[in-house]
Amino acid sequence: MSARQSRISKTLALATTFVALAMVTGCHKKASGVDPNALGPAPAPAAAAPTATITADPVAIDQGQSVVLNWRSQNASAVSIDGIGDVNLNGTQTVSPSNSTNFHLVAKGDGGVTEANVRVTVRVPVAPTAPPTVAADMGSEAAFHQNVQDIFFDYDSYDLRPDASTSVTQAASYLAAHPSIKVIIGGYCDDRGSAEYNLALGENRANSARAALVSAGVSANRLRVISYGKEKQFCTDETESCWQQNRRAQFSLDR
Amino acid sequence: MHSEQRSSPIRNGQRFCFAALLLLLACPVTLRAQEGFHTETSTGVSNVRIAVADFKAASSDPQTDTLKRTFDTTLFADLGNAGIFDIVSKSLLPQTTPGTPADIKVQDWAVAPTSAAMVAFGNFGVQAGKITCNGFLFDAKNVQYPQVLAKQYNEDASDDSARQIAHRFADEIIFRLSGGSQGIAESKIYYVKITGADKEIWEMDYDGANQRPLTHLGTVSLSPRISPDSSRLAFASLGHDGFQIRMFSLVLNRMVNFTGTGGTNITPAWAPNGKDIAYSSSRSGDPEIWVSDANGALARRITSFRGPDVSPVYNPRTGSQIAWISGRTGLPQLYIMDTDGSAIQRMTDGGYATSVSWSPNGQFLAFAWDRKYGPGAPGGQDIYIMEIASKRWIQLTHDGGRCDFPSWSPDGRHIVYANTADGKASHMKIMTMLADGTQKRALTGPGADMPNWSWK
Repeated sequence: MSARQSRISKTLALATTFVALAMVTGCHKKASGVDPNALGPAPAPAAAAPTATITADPVAIDQGQSVVLNWRSQNASAVSIDGIGDVNLNGTQTVSPSNSTNFHLVAKGDGGVTEANVRVTVRVPVAPTAPPTVAADMGSEAAFHQNVQDIFFDYDSYDLRPDASTSVTQAASYLAAHPSIKVIIGGYCDDRGSAEYNLALGENRANSARAALVSAGVSANRLRVISYGKEKQFCTDETESCWQQNRRAQFSLDR
Repeated sequence: MHSEQRSSPIRNGQRFCFAALLLLLACPVTLRAQEGFHTETSTGVSNVRIAVADFKAASSDPQTDTLKRTFDTTLFADLGNAGIFDIVSKSLLPQTTPGTPADIKVQDWAVAPTSAAMVAFGNFGVQAGKITCNGFLFDAKNVQYPQVLAKQYNEDASDDSARQIAHRFADEIIFRLSGGSQGIAESKIYYVKITGADKEIWEMDYDGANQRPLTHLGTVSLSPRISPDSSRLAFASLGHDGFQIRMFSLVLNRMVNFTGTGGTNITPAWAPNGKDIAYSSSRSGDPEIWVSDANGALARRITSFRGPDVSPVYNPRTGSQIAWISGRTGLPQLYIMDTDGSAIQRMTDGGYATSVSWSPNGQFLAFAWDRKYGPGAPGGQDIYIMEIASKRWIQLTHDGGRCDFPSWSPDGRHIVYANTADGKASHMKIMTMLADGTQKRALTGPGADMPNWSWK
């Protein structure tokens, strides 16, 4: 609709003044009232320098989408855009660049030459990430452990500590980015206390970690819980730092 | 002790009353719940003084000496272990070795220094690969009709059958002299044997002899529980889906089915009817006590509080109550309830209580308790027993390192348990003691844990 209107007005601008004056609407009357003066004597005063603007809408697109270029010039006799060639003095054109492009417009007129630029950014779907997700479905073991870090617990407790929430958030976003990963959550206890009770406590610890991931948006059917109680130890010294190592929910890839 | 302190001030006026009150207040609260109830071990008449003669060799077969030595040693140990006898030292016995009733002059055994009330004697021979053994129990004070018991045994000649014959004869003697309680010399103990990174289920005789593996699963198996009829063994084993209840048939000598479910399933316990099994299951997300039939079917949930619920055990006398361990208020405590989950009672008032075993007469709970549990606390984990009716308790082990997993003998006179002197799990060994805490001795070397005594 608007394109047609502008074409009409362009035609009018290029048509004779008579036709323009014959039109009855006030708006056109006013515009054409200016134009005859400007257009008529234009060849005569050669001093006026050309002006030009070019815009793009939108300025950033995804690959395959298109963008509308819109340019306007005054006092120009020839307008060209790099990559498109000679164009009308004012105009619009739909383009679909395959990568980010600088559209460079040159307007030549009797008064000189002027330039205008607009840059269209094309977001190419990140080529480097595509091959890994296809090749290594579950991401690397190292990347998993870097992003999905074990959660540690206080003595005889299965409540998540405040410091666990960052681990959970990071783990959840990594798992969201790697939807094919399934996870085993192992529950562990230090070697004090009784073996049977620690198996139940380890189960509660692993379930706390599981519940935190589920509430962070990880699907429950990707998570499998196994309690090891105090049957498997990360460290066997009788020190607090060692006991802390053993009070954990451990994440590992469920292959 | 305290009852004296409480009653004496009433008689002795106010000044004494005040002093006694101070003394009472100064006494640690920990002393209050102790003393003053009897376990099976301490009930009944004072110990019978019994002389146990070496049996007389009844054949010249070269095997006789070795097998007779096994028999003599086992019989002597069984009667000593029973906890109801005052056994006459062998050095105080008469020089003669009676083999038959005709050989013995009971008067010689009744006088000092032997001073025996009872004499066990007999003969033992091996012929054509068979043991023939005659055992007698005579009342030394009854000169006219001294015979209390006469038994004859015929078995294949092997070290094991010599030991089993001794166990059976010992049980007969114990049955006659204990006022009707069955002996335990033929009972078995099931336990966890630590073999490198794995743990398998093993079986041994009640005296630690005859240790042998039952399972060869190559994983971590825990908490063996023998069925009341000794036909099946329930335990928990680590597999692909974590710990699950497994079942071993001692009749078929292989694994049999127990229907699995989701979650961690551990610590099975047999109902005395042999039909139900209670265990801890986290299939609903939180470890709770569940009861199913012996094949894992018809499972129903009994408890419903957030926190670990684990290690159930039935009242073996009634089958209508379950004792178990719950962390619903923080550190694990000992509770009892009816088997439908009602009438919950908390039994311990603090500390860290685990691993409960219910006495055969239904009156006592044995459990492991660390009463000063906590980071940096000096507490040790020891074996305690509690009288259920009064919630009074006594401590059975002291300063011997960490103790866990008590299990009552079928006669309620003994408790088997696991102990590690230095606290290291790999040094855990199985000990036995009388239910009053005396006569402690090791049944195994290091690397044995979680004993469970058979029901008979």
